Amino acid sequence: MHMSVSDTMNINLLAVNDQQARHNRSHFDAWGLFCINVMSSPGAGKTILLEHTLRALHGAHAMAVLEGDMTTQLDAQRLAGLGVPVVPITTGRACHLDAAMVSTGLQLLRQQCDPASLDLLWVENVGNLVCPAEFAVGEHCKLALLSVTEGDDKPLKYPVMFREADCVLITKVDLLPHVPADLGRIGRHVRQINPHCGVFPVSALTGAGLGDWLAWLAQRLRANGRQRHPPRRASGLKPPSPTAT
Amino acid sequence: MHEVDMTRCLLQALEDWRDQHSIQPCVEQVHLLVGEFTCVEPSQLRLSFAAAVQDTWLAGARLSIVSVPLVGECLACGNSYRPDPACGYASPCCGHPLETILSGRELKIQRIDYSRSRICGPPAPANPCGPPTPSSPAPSPCICPSATP
Ligand SMILES: Nc1nc2c(ncn2[C@@H]2O[C@H](COP(=O)(O)OP(=O)(O)O)[C@@H](O)[C@H]2O)c(=O)[nH]1
Ligand SMILES: [Mg+2]
Ligand SMILES: [Zn+2]
Repeated sequence: MHMSVSDTMNINLLAVNDQQARHNRSHFDAWGLFCINVMSSPGAGKTILLEHTLRALHGAHAMAVLEGDMTTQLDAQRLAGLGVPVVPITTGRACHLDAAMVSTGLQLLRQQCDPASLDLLWVENVGNLVCPAEFAVGEHCKLALLSVTEGDDKPLKYPVMFREADCVLITKVDLLPHVPADLGRIGRHVRQINPHCGVFPVSALTGAGLGDWLAWLAQRLRANGRQRHPPRRASGLKPPSPTAT
Repeated sequence: MHEVDMTRCLLQALEDWRDQHSIQPCVEQVHLLVGEFTCVEPSQLRLSFAAAVQDTWLAGARLSIVSVPLVGECLACGNSYRPDPACGYASPCCGHPLETILSGRELKIQRIDYSRSRICGPPAPANPCGPPTPSSPAPSPCICPSATP
């Protein structure tokens, strides 16, 4: 005969990850580093958005990128040209970044620069609309991208991602004339799930909407008191001039 | 298959719990609460748990998953409602967006049933299904000890 006993736990299933995420976060805060977790399905335009954003914020912020979606050398080259440290994170076959992977990436970043000299850290997550939403990495802000080619119903199909996002960018709006997408519907679907997040239609090709996104970001950074590196250029947060691609 | 990673987190939490006991507890059942408004598929989680505990100190442990429905509160009229994803997430009464979630976001280890007097399997390596890591259950090495506030 044996006796069964019960221990009440009431802890999060992902407590182990959450704990590591809090640990990462405490480092970010000690370094004065604002961390943004960029998420979307594969190909929605995360890397291109980073290229434009890094270019636009050049001089105004000291930045680095943790790249969790490095599918090809091409991605590395695209970002390397922007003059910021880019640390590839090896994810193996994982379908998302977890806090421990980001911690490993931070150790690699420290070999390239002093994180305390930075104020903005971009984390490009693995292309996936499902689980990156559940795995915190210590970020201060979650950015979700949805391209107009993915279908108007995607916010309803992957609601957790769009609920968790602080800002949603509807990307590739230059393609609207060519795809059966309704910007209004996509926006309404996002708003049903997350009434208070920023929602901005953007195009990396034409530069449309990027100014709105950058203004939102600037506002968000101000709210968090991250303006340790005052803009050195008069128009530090101006939308990028539409660059040739 | 993120349920595999979730299982890894679950096993790590169970090991941390085990290490608080002087005698290795024999786990009979682990009770989880899993909200509908999460990215967890309970059947997938059950499968990956069953696969992961084989031949470990948790061999024979069962996973009980109670699914928690998504319930929102309509901020216009105070009604609570269960969104039908097919019709969207706004409240059916007033069309108010899903603002307050009363339940459905749970991902919780609620309870562990175990016995102290039965002999169980041998202790497993610290991380039975994870990538090779140092045997210590501590989180990955600190990024910068001196920078911790
Ligand atoms: N037409 C158009 N194509 C875009 C836009 N943004 C990205 N793309 C294309 O979409 C593909 C994937 O972009 P990428 O930034 O690599 O997406 P990621 O996988 O999310 O990092 C590339 O071929 C881009 O050229 C856009 O605004 N308009
Ligand atoms: Mg990319
Ligand atoms: Zn109502």
